[in-house]
Amino acid sequence: MSKALLYDSTVCIGCKQCEQACATQNKLPYNDAIAAEQIQSDHKMTVVLTRNDKFMRRLCMNCNDPSCASVCPVGALQKTALGPVTYDASKCMGCRYCMVACPFSVPKYEWGKLVPKVQKCTMCPDRVAQGKQTACAEICPTGATKFGERDELIAEAQKRIRDNPGNYVDHIYGLDEVGGTSVLLLSAVPFETFGYRSNLSKDPMPMLTYRVLSHIPDFVPLGGMVLGGIWWITHRREEVALAEGREPLTGKSTAPKTANKNGRKA
Amino acid sequence: MARTKFRFTFWKLVFLFLMAAGLYATFIRFTQGLGASTHLSDQFPWGIWISFDVLCGVMLAAGGFTLTAAVHILNIKRLHSIIRPTILTAFLGYILVCAALMFDLGKPYNIWHPLIMRNPHSVMFEVAYCVMLYTTVLALEFSPIVLERFNLQKPLKVVRAILIPLVICGVILSTLHQSSLGTLYLIVPEKLYPLWYTPLLPVFFFLSAIAVGLAMTIFESSLSSKHFGLQLELPVLQELGRVLVVVLGVYAILRFEDLANRGALKLALHPGYEMYLFWLEISLCIILPLALLLQPKVRSSANGLYFAAVLVVLGFITNRMNVSITGFEGSTGVRYFPKWTELAVTGMIIAAGFALFGLAVKYLPIFSKEELPQEQLAEADSAVPNVSPVMEHAGD
Repeated sequence: MSKALLYDSTVCIGCKQCEQACATQNKLPYNDAIAAEQIQSDHKMTVVLTRNDKFMRRLCMNCNDPSCASVCPVGALQKTALGPVTYDASKCMGCRYCMVACPFSVPKYEWGKLVPKVQKCTMCPDRVAQGKQTACAEICPTGATKFGERDELIAEAQKRIRDNPGNYVDHIYGLDEVGGTSVLLLSAVPFETFGYRSNLSKDPMPMLTYRVLSHIPDFVPLGGMVLGGIWWITHRREEVALAEGREPLTGKSTAPKTANKNGRKA
Repeated sequence: MARTKFRFTFWKLVFLFLMAAGLYATFIRFTQGLGASTHLSDQFPWGIWISFDVLCGVMLAAGGFTLTAAVHILNIKRLHSIIRPTILTAFLGYILVCAALMFDLGKPYNIWHPLIMRNPHSVMFEVAYCVMLYTTVLALEFSPIVLERFNLQKPLKVVRAILIPLVICGVILSTLHQSSLGTLYLIVPEKLYPLWYTPLLPVFFFLSAIAVGLAMTIFESSLSSKHFGLQLELPVLQELGRVLVVVLGVYAILRFEDLANRGALKLALHPGYEMYLFWLEISLCIILPLALLLQPKVRSSANGLYFAAVLVVLGFITNRMNVSITGFEGSTGVRYFPKWTELAVTGMIIAAGFALFGLAVKYLPIFSKEELPQEQLAEADSAVPNVSPVMEHAGD
């Protein structure tokens, strides 16, 4: 079964301990200045946003069918069965297609480094593999970020909305956005307030390109045959014409045509 | 004579300036990284090195597959005389695209990774393979020119024996590759502005590549004939001009039908940044060239063809820039303009392209007719007197 995170922003108190735990877990610097930064970056994989006293976390959604993993030419990004979308910097060649493709604009790049890598939350794959919670869920003092089985967390999120309909926007973000994600969000205010796109398809994005790519194995032999066929016909026509003592059509048509052009011009 | 000398020096100076600026920018790129040498950001991860150097570079090299298909597959022999410069352009184009990629990739020394780390679901993976394979095909298609120069008959025979399968491979790879540069953007329906996002992007990229292939062939033949004092193959260019009208017409109809079907046509009349650049693109690549080329007088004149070809090339460069830059500025909320270092590297790459073309023409049999079999040679000779009278008018 696949694991997931449920973040309930109505329970969050904005203490940012998840940010700090995330930085420690991923061996990134963390101080007051970084804590004040309100955007995800190469040194900040998760951020607690504040808008009018409302909080909202942003982190990699760890999609069920991730665009980033589908577009990566070298398979540096992978969706694991447990849920995390992992990144292998040693494979990466730095094309940054993952950054372009991500519907949540999550992957960030180490622009300042000579040997840069992509930085994004990978849902603590080592901890999850050991049966532990993610660092952010473990540290959360209020239980706003909760780690567990995706199915169970969905049921719980639905129950919370049912029990307190006035407290929530009636939507679990990540339930079926781009085919579902391993991070589920609950909010009291519209998700767009925090930059979450509301125009996302319910179908996984990778199908958009794979629909085209999957034709290639048919196209190559077919194209070869058609082109070969045309070549055979055009050259056979020429052979026949020569054998019959006519002038081949393709070869000599320039002369009269040019003459016509001249005639018209003059 | 003195004037020619001066012009030569002027261009040499421009070349040296571009090379110096480019090399300095290269130094910054590889000693300080992408952050210091570009205006790229997390919001805007692809800039001019992808938009112009790669997307436009590949598009401008499309003459290679268009012309080889016309000459070798469709057997249109009268186009044979311009095939060598076209293959040279395509080959140089792809080499320069690869060079540009070395600047843009964060870890260029890993560029070979797709060879052993495969993800067939990735369009970028397909692009990587097509670039590698088609550059190889172009090298082989180009090789007879070098082999002839050094009179290496044995390998020449081998290459000639596999020429047709090679051309077929080249056409297939180009079709895949040109269209897949459009497919790259299919995965961002929510980010790319609806004037440019369409499920037909691969079709449009392919069709426009053919148009640009034809336009570039007209452009470089005209330029070469002026610069190297060669006979202009006007009837050949007129032929290309006629095909260009058809391709542009088909493209125009599909483009607007697609906009109408997706309900995006109203955005074309919705004043704003995107609208202006959309109409700039459409005027340059559809309206103006079609208006020009639909007049027989323009279509048959050397200058008219040249001007229309330049418009088409500029128009589709605008198109690629719009798809890859303009179309993203709205959704990311960021305006991107390249840093001087990005422009300097691009300038250096363009300058290198012109210089290498000039060197190749000087030292290799690019414009000579040695490669033609006897019958075609005779035909080519007989064609010359027909051209000259037209050429006398061409200058007017």
